[in-house]
Amino acid sequence: MLNFSREKLLDLYKNMVLIRKYEERIYFLFLEGIMPGTIHQSHGQEASAVGMLYDLQKTDYMTTTHRPAGHALAKGVSLKSMMAEMFAKTSGCCHGYGGAMHVGDMAVGAVPAIAIVGGGVPLGVGIALSCKMRKTDSVCVTFLGDGATNEGAVHESMNGAMIWKLPIIFAVENNLYGASTSIKQTTTIENLAERAKAYNMPAEIVDGNDVIAVNQAAERAIARARSGSGPTFLELKTYRIGGHSRNDTCGYRTKKEEAEWAKRDAIKVFGERLVKEKIASRKELNAIDEQIEQDIDEAVVYAKSEPSPVAEDAFKNVYVQEGLI
Amino acid sequence: MAEKSIAEALRDAIAEEMRRDETVFCIGEDIGIEGGFGGAFTVTLGLEKEFRDRMVDTPISEILIAGAATGAAMTGMRPIADVQYGDFLFCMMDQLVDETAKMRYMSGGEIKVPMVMRAPVGATTRGAQHAQSLEGFFTHVPGLKVICPSTAYDAVGLLRTAVHDDDPVIMFEHKKLYGSKGNRAEKGALSPIGEVPDEYYTIPFGEAVIRREGTDVTIVANLLMVYNAISAAEILADEGIRCEVIDPRTLVPFDYETVYRSIRKTGRLAIVHEDVERNGWGAELAAKVASEAIYSLNAPIKRICTYNTPIPFAPVMENYVVPSVERIVEEIRNLINS
Ligand SMILES: Cc1ncc(C[n+]2csc(CCOP(=O)(O)OP(=O)(O)O)c2C)c(N)n1
Ligand SMILES: [Mg+2]
Repeated sequence: MLNFSREKLLDLYKNMVLIRKYEERIYFLFLEGIMPGTIHQSHGQEASAVGMLYDLQKTDYMTTTHRPAGHALAKGVSLKSMMAEMFAKTSGCCHGYGGAMHVGDMAVGAVPAIAIVGGGVPLGVGIALSCKMRKTDSVCVTFLGDGATNEGAVHESMNGAMIWKLPIIFAVENNLYGASTSIKQTTTIENLAERAKAYNMPAEIVDGNDVIAVNQAAERAIARARSGSGPTFLELKTYRIGGHSRNDTCGYRTKKEEAEWAKRDAIKVFGERLVKEKIASRKELNAIDEQIEQDIDEAVVYAKSEPSPVAEDAFKNVYVQEGLI
Repeated sequence: MAEKSIAEALRDAIAEEMRRDETVFCIGEDIGIEGGFGGAFTVTLGLEKEFRDRMVDTPISEILIAGAATGAAMTGMRPIADVQYGDFLFCMMDQLVDETAKMRYMSGGEIKVPMVMRAPVGATTRGAQHAQSLEGFFTHVPGLKVICPSTAYDAVGLLRTAVHDDDPVIMFEHKKLYGSKGNRAEKGALSPIGEVPDEYYTIPFGEAVIRREGTDVTIVANLLMVYNAISAAEILADEGIRCEVIDPRTLVPFDYETVYRSIRKTGRLAIVHEDVERNGWGAELAAKVASEAIYSLNAPIKRICTYNTPIPFAPVMENYVVPSVERIVEEIRNLINS
């Protein structure tokens, strides 16, 4: 498959399966009622997360949204620390202060997720500005949804990123809905990539369910950012398989539309392609799937057994200086 | 020792911080344009000559300013951001309150956000949208520190502390106290000139200063109201009423002890601020005193604040709603006689 190494192809597959299985397990644990909080899951959008982030280094940054799990895992936040955070444990990636909508770990460049729609995008610009001012060659990928492109914050950010020629990639996951509202109701343009033109920003429309296509577009955008040539806007066309948040039965979508997109399931299609092109056997892929199930089992056992914060920990971390509240 | 206006003192202090630490930079609208204004009140005038790459001029995009400052602060820089008028902080409110203030907390203490956001406040006959005093909005937000220097000495010492601080700091500055010159000079401004020592000093947050000693009533006032309170105290002194005037200098953290100590002596407390009365920082101070030090008081607490209206345009109305020296004098007299 192209000039990708076998190792990379299997990694892409594995990283996508990790996200899918993680989200499936979280959903199940939620149904069991043993996890606090709420969830916005990314089943179906694994290719955009993995394709965008695979080639980044730990010293590169990523900002994400209320739907962050796939991005966080793909950026290298550890499975165990993600799971522990979901169980609100001290060893969680945010030590129990974050939860499902704020997962992240700066040690791997994953900014704790911002659950204000569009709110993480100006931060991404600031991070890219800092990368440039500190004369590093780091870049920032900032994820946002189709719905977020209607936020003023996003437009101020795109304009700012262009005038300062910042090393940032706006990765727009167009999954056709903002919560229950169809994109047809919220914009009159067919492709969100057109919005980039207003800022003279290079843009591409990408099949967001094709991990190879996403990765290649990401590679171009990252190279542009690293070489000091400025931002790129990538519109990744995709679809979320599950509901917007827990308990969403998707009454606003047709079964037909869901079935059409199910045929384009990123993991299914990519797995079949790997087998067909003899990069891996079905058996090998199954072994990967099983290994990931085991890793997740272990993460759940770990997360459950870890200590919870105590109530008074709520007073910590408001300021760097403790006792200032 | 040099005599400086607050604008000059801040300008020199910002330049000095940028010289000391190359991660310090300024970001805002019209701050570093050659031949431009140096920000709305000349604080950054000319700094672009020495620090071209670190004077980041922005489009008129307040969300961008706050977001860029926050993101940069999270990743190794120390931005000094600036809005032209405090009123425009509302445009960036989500960033400041949901992102800037909570980044450290949501990350469980993994992230520091060492940024300063400077904002001019105060009524100056510009009408309702270039006039508000906004301390109450920001003292309400856990995660933000709020400071409000009223002299050149304090502006320098507190700015330095703010720049070195690893938490986000909102710094309110009063338009009538800057002493901006030329075509940015402010009509009716007090423009106090103050002594700024040549040697480097900082002022810790949470240390109030007693501007005038007295034994009959404690007046806690900030920014421009420090000066109105002192003028009122001078008038009242002729009547034999001795006012102690305390300038808290920082609102978060707040130096309650100095206030408690003072009211143990005076038994009376008046709070003066230009932010509107309802839920202003004075309401919090009054509640704190009521719960921690009520037995020191011989009279009810008096708040002397801007009335609960938007800031009107007509000078006769504006002068009426903002606490004047006359209003403070009268209210203190009533308090003494109560
Ligand atoms: C400022 C803001 N407004 C509304 C919401 C509630 N909300 C959460 S997610 C969401 C939909 C976002 O749609 P989109 O940007 O397309 O992302 P997606 O959920 O499809 O991933 C909404 C309205 C919010 N979190 N923040
Ligand atoms: Mg969407």
